[in-house]
Amino acid sequence: MTGTLVFAVIVGALLLGVFFTLVSTVGVLRLPDVYTRAHTASQVDTLGAGFAVAAVAIALGLQAKSIQALLLLVFIFVTNPTAAHAIARAAHENDLTPWTEGDDATGGDRS
Amino acid sequence: MIADSLVQQTFLAAAAVFVLLAVVMFYRAVVGPTLQDRVLAVNVIGTNTVVVLALLSVGLETPALIDVALIYALLNFLMAIAISKFAVDRGGVL
Repeated sequence: MTGTLVFAVIVGALLLGVFFTLVSTVGVLRLPDVYTRAHTASQVDTLGAGFAVAAVAIALGLQAKSIQALLLLVFIFVTNPTAAHAIARAAHENDLTPWTEGDDATGGDRS
Repeated sequence: MIADSLVQQTFLAAAAVFVLLAVVMFYRAVVGPTLQDRVLAVNVIGTNTVVVLALLSVGLETPALIDVALIYALLNFLMAIAISKFAVDRGGVL
């Protein structure tokens, strides 16, 4: 059994997680080049995953598994931006030029 | 007080939405156009998979799935770092 207030917090965290992950998905699909996509994937997706894992930790309550869920949250918060940074830097090393406003009216290499 | 089955169904519904968003992300992984775009899309799909595993651990009452999610997060990070390191000429990343 779960208290009504705890359930409300869980539902709110899940809704926020789904919302931010939706924003991240739209961003990765719609933005014009790899740098802007890496920007979206590193920040918004990390926040969405963080909210969802926080909901899991709240639902598990006080036990060892919820500490593992918190560790998973911290790990996602550290590694996800690092991975996106490494990918963006690899793109820079491969001489991919960032999209600029003047490239074309519909936006760079979007396809 | 809220019954356990309602909490579980809430988590299962959230996991279903996350799976749907991961499937949509396959578009970027297939279309590209560069290698880094594909790696980034697969990285986001992996993050979504970690979240789905964590949600299913509550939704299916299988706490062991948290361990699977931790290991999957490790492997996902390693995949992104390894591909972005070895996809450049002189290994200048990190």
